[in-house]
Amino acid sequence: MRVGIVGVGVTPFRPTTPEFSWKELMYDGAQRSYADAGIDPRSDVGSFITCAEDYYEGFGIFDEFTPDQLGAVLRPMHTVGGDGIQGLANAVMQIRSGLADVVVVESHSKASDILTFTGIVAHGLDPIWNKPLGGHPNYVAGLEMDAFLRGSGNRSEDCAAVVAANRQTALLNPIAAYGARVTKEQAAKSPALWAPLRQLDASTLADGCVVLVVAGEAAARKMRSEPVWIEGIGWASDSPSLETRDWVAPAYATLAAEMAYRLAKVRDPARSFDLAEVDDKFSYKELQHLEALRLARKGHAGKMARSGDLAAGGKLPTNVSGGSLGCGNVLEASGLHRVAEAALQLRGEAGRLQLDGVRRAVVQSWRGLPSASGGVAVLGVGR
Amino acid sequence: MTANIARWPGAELGSKDLENGKVTTQRYRPDAKFAWSAGEAMSRFLAELQQGRLIARECKNCGRILFPPRMFCEECFRPTDEWVYVKDTGTIETYSISYLDTDARRITEPILVGVVSVDGASPKMGIMHYFGEMATGEIRIGMKVQAKWRPAESRVGSVLDIEYFRPLHGVDR
Ligand SMILES: [Zn+2]
Repeated sequence: MRVGIVGVGVTPFRPTTPEFSWKELMYDGAQRSYADAGIDPRSDVGSFITCAEDYYEGFGIFDEFTPDQLGAVLRPMHTVGGDGIQGLANAVMQIRSGLADVVVVESHSKASDILTFTGIVAHGLDPIWNKPLGGHPNYVAGLEMDAFLRGSGNRSEDCAAVVAANRQTALLNPIAAYGARVTKEQAAKSPALWAPLRQLDASTLADGCVVLVVAGEAAARKMRSEPVWIEGIGWASDSPSLETRDWVAPAYATLAAEMAYRLAKVRDPARSFDLAEVDDKFSYKELQHLEALRLARKGHAGKMARSGDLAAGGKLPTNVSGGSLGCGNVLEASGLHRVAEAALQLRGEAGRLQLDGVRRAVVQSWRGLPSASGGVAVLGVGR
Repeated sequence: MTANIARWPGAELGSKDLENGKVTTQRYRPDAKFAWSAGEAMSRFLAELQQGRLIARECKNCGRILFPPRMFCEECFRPTDEWVYVKDTGTIETYSISYLDTDARRITEPILVGVVSVDGASPKMGIMHYFGEMATGEIRIGMKVQAKWRPAESRVGSVLDIEYFRPLHGVDR
């Protein structure tokens, strides 16, 4: 049985949203998605899934606080402690196993409620082995960028090209928080923070909520919008140990892609997609992920960024939404956000960002520092 | 220790041993600070508390008065319609008499705590709080109570602007 996305709801991403509580933000995302699908959550949904991390929310057992604002009171409901694509995978499994016909998947960021984000990231490090060293945890990204550039042959100028492209295309995306006319030269000259990583190589936190309505084929056919089929989905984790993981090629992305490609019967990824949305919480991550997903040959992702292959109209338009660099880092909602962007492209509803003839897309997520986990989804329309 | 065993074999560790570094420990204090936006509904609720009033929202679809207020009705999944003041009186729905403090130490004056359903709000709408000015033998489910507000100048926009709920005499059911 095929499973499709039939409702897309995304609130505009903002650096801060003092006017909304996190509950009101979730309600806003949910009502947009339900209106898009044309459903009543009180009667038409079999299961609700949220994707969240307690330390990002700032209180324990976040799971318990979710039903009211999603229309899920007294209904099956659970939280996945991970990225939105991991929640989407749960939705696919629940539908394919016959537990539910329609499933809602939600994830959000209320990062502006976090006063000490650096402290939260540092708290994710091993308590005995790494924490005593102290220091800013983003040095982990600096280490990885260094290893990746040396090991793959990509160059830091290529990373600057990614920054410029994603910040600029975000100007066309009405939900983006950080669209700007940043140039390659500007990015390459921004202050080194954790060399070789520079200030503009890092995405900035944003608040926002993404809600998707997912349905089995029979239910999906009755909905308002054209279903975007989830042809394949996968997720994986590399070692939590900084000393053991692969710094050059991110194994979590490779393994998640293999799983999704197997389900979607994708044999030649580089020629299979009209659009890619891959994680770019740091600029080098976009290049690293493109290679891990076999969308670029090893050592060639940077050349693709430089030559315009990744731009709208290029060989493989990548992160034309603006990505995390342009739209903002919405924490565990990042993967779901990019699924939403790809779904709108596949439906032909991406506004000024719309590409021609998008029939199949690949989306990839990473949970952010210091994790080595993420997911991949293959999406398509028609047939 | 049990009634039969006065002392277990082996070396006991006390807090002094930890403080004096007799055992290997790793200390870490996470830097985890948050400041939650109260949002539209709770911001108004807190501002009203500071004025010594309790406010709710009405959903005109199901007719419920939602307290504490929320901008959406969780039953109907639609925006709520109007601000409505509710009373600072209510009925004890459930209570407990706590003989331990937060460190699990025995206390001589027990803490009375419970849930008050607030007059003017719909059923199952209320507030958890402390009870005062009543004896442990006096408290009971169904008892009518009223908020004991802190003096206006010391209210800060917090549920603690109510000190506790106390018996409302003369109207007991
Ligand atoms: Zn209602």
